[in-house]
Amino acid sequence: MSSTTYKPPVTAQVAEKTLHKPKSAGRSPGTVALLMLLPAGVLMITFLIIPIGLTFVLAFTNARLISPEPAHFIGLDNFSRLFGNDTFWKSLRNTVIFAVVIVPFQSALALGLALLVNVKMRGVNFFRTVYFLPVVTSMVVVSMLWLFLYQPNGLINAVLAKFGIQGPDWLGNPSTALFAIIVMSAWQAVGFHMVIWLSGLQTIPGELYEAASLDGASPVQQFLHVTWPGLRQTFIFILITITIAAFSLFTQINIMTQGGPLDSTSTVVFQAVRTGFAQQQTGYAAAISLVFFVIVLAVSLLQRYLTREKEAGR
Amino acid sequence: MTDTLAHVAESTTQPHHTAGERRHTVRNVAVTVLRLVLCLVFGLPLLFMIISSFKPDIQIFSDLGSVKAFLPVGDLSFENYFGVFDRVPFAQFLLNSVIISVSTVVLGLIVNSMAAFALSRLQFRGQKVILGVILATLIVPFETMALPLLWWVNTLPFFDVNGFSQGWLDTYQVQIVPFIANAFSIYLFYQYFDSIPKELDEAATVDGAGWFRIYRSIVMPLAGPAVATVAILTFLPAWNQYLWPLMVVQSEELRPAMVGIDYFKQLNVSWGQIMAYASIITVPVLVLFVAFQRSFINSIASSGVKG
Repeated sequence: MSSTTYKPPVTAQVAEKTLHKPKSAGRSPGTVALLMLLPAGVLMITFLIIPIGLTFVLAFTNARLISPEPAHFIGLDNFSRLFGNDTFWKSLRNTVIFAVVIVPFQSALALGLALLVNVKMRGVNFFRTVYFLPVVTSMVVVSMLWLFLYQPNGLINAVLAKFGIQGPDWLGNPSTALFAIIVMSAWQAVGFHMVIWLSGLQTIPGELYEAASLDGASPVQQFLHVTWPGLRQTFIFILITITIAAFSLFTQINIMTQGGPLDSTSTVVFQAVRTGFAQQQTGYAAAISLVFFVIVLAVSLLQRYLTREKEAGR
Repeated sequence: MTDTLAHVAESTTQPHHTAGERRHTVRNVAVTVLRLVLCLVFGLPLLFMIISSFKPDIQIFSDLGSVKAFLPVGDLSFENYFGVFDRVPFAQFLLNSVIISVSTVVLGLIVNSMAAFALSRLQFRGQKVILGVILATLIVPFETMALPLLWWVNTLPFFDVNGFSQGWLDTYQVQIVPFIANAFSIYLFYQYFDSIPKELDEAATVDGAGWFRIYRSIVMPLAGPAVATVAILTFLPAWNQYLWPLMVVQSEELRPAMVGIDYFKQLNVSWGQIMAYASIITVPVLVLFVAFQRSFINSIASSGVKG
């Protein structure tokens, strides 16, 4: 695998310097640019910008998905209903627990895998490929498969029984259900972040390692003083993507547990879909989405800020 | 697998060890064993799925306690596969998934590359601002706006051969059109186009080519790797999409295969049949992945660039 996907052709830098603006090619560049941006622009405004804006508007209305009557403003009613709702708080708590556990767990595991396969040897591609297989498998399929593995009489408990351990009803027990979903989710996605770590690792020049080992640095010292400092950008990116994915948790829940048992696996997005789609209360669901949006934004900014501080203090 | 075994053999048969080298070898073996164990962790569940799809439920459960669970032994047949096609209009589901993901990829390649071309190679006012706005939207996960979007597409008008209609729910277009324009695809194309020498444009302009011509005949033919990356990164989520079709599709004729498996399961089918269904929608993608492994992995790696 080559380390960087977009290695610019060597001539690019040269061309940059000798760049002249092409002379008139019929229409003016402005008009052409407008024409070329138009399809993407219209689509992005219609299906991205407007819906984001609508989140902020609908959250303060009693809009319903299908309703003969027009929606009207109801102020903060949706939010007071939301904040008074136990299931919402449980869902928020589950989502936060899921994120807090899976973010360090999955990113560390992914880094470990990346280090294991970041070597020049025959057959290393085989390992990369196998570790990556779950990533190209749809979460829907993974959920169905693990639903079976987690059955009280399923594969995992059968294996545990070999060791004389009586496994629990993983998904049917409120104290293990969320944990089971965390493990499965990390299993599915960790290969993705392994590849991201790997591309980060491969940007670190080999000479640094050579110099370090000439100085007698042990593998651990090399990791701490050469590898880790070179991975800062990668680290931030991985933290943010895992966090956002963790807060967006839905598919696994909808297929495996429907939020149960006793709301122990209900999540913010699951609640938004339940109210906004199944119960058609768009306004209320928009309020949940807005809370979700603010959390994701805040967490991303906070992570960026914290990781930047660490760098400065080093 | 032969590669792997060859490596184990290689790393265990180095002659003439000094003490340090021997410690090194021991570590190498331990690391390789760890790699192999991890292969089992990531590979076995998928192998189990495929193997079980050929077995009746009684045998799936009786094999669980032994290594037979992962081996194609015993009463093997395509019964479960016939069952899938019998119980639901599975061919239609598959066709829908293909229509939706292929349209999204093809239209996405055209629309996003054009936008990126304008942003990277043309000079006009507001260029930087537009690029900034596009990049800023990358942080918004689809799930945050899925429900407002659901309400919104239900109010949108649509024109087609049958004339005017309101509401996009339960159509093909509602599963395709919202996903065509994609900020990340634009960004990937933009980055790649920037690396193609701009002298080429100039030469073409001297020869009297217009900007659309330059886009079509010069820049796009050189952008193969970017096209592959965007195609893969559009195809995977389009094929695997779940939340959105779950909400916007009611009728079986329009249902994609991913959502179909959920309905399929509710028919009280056997586990073997579920594994068969899961295998049919997964194995082609896995085969594509193994065949185009390098492009796949590079595509994913490139998604880390934005960090």
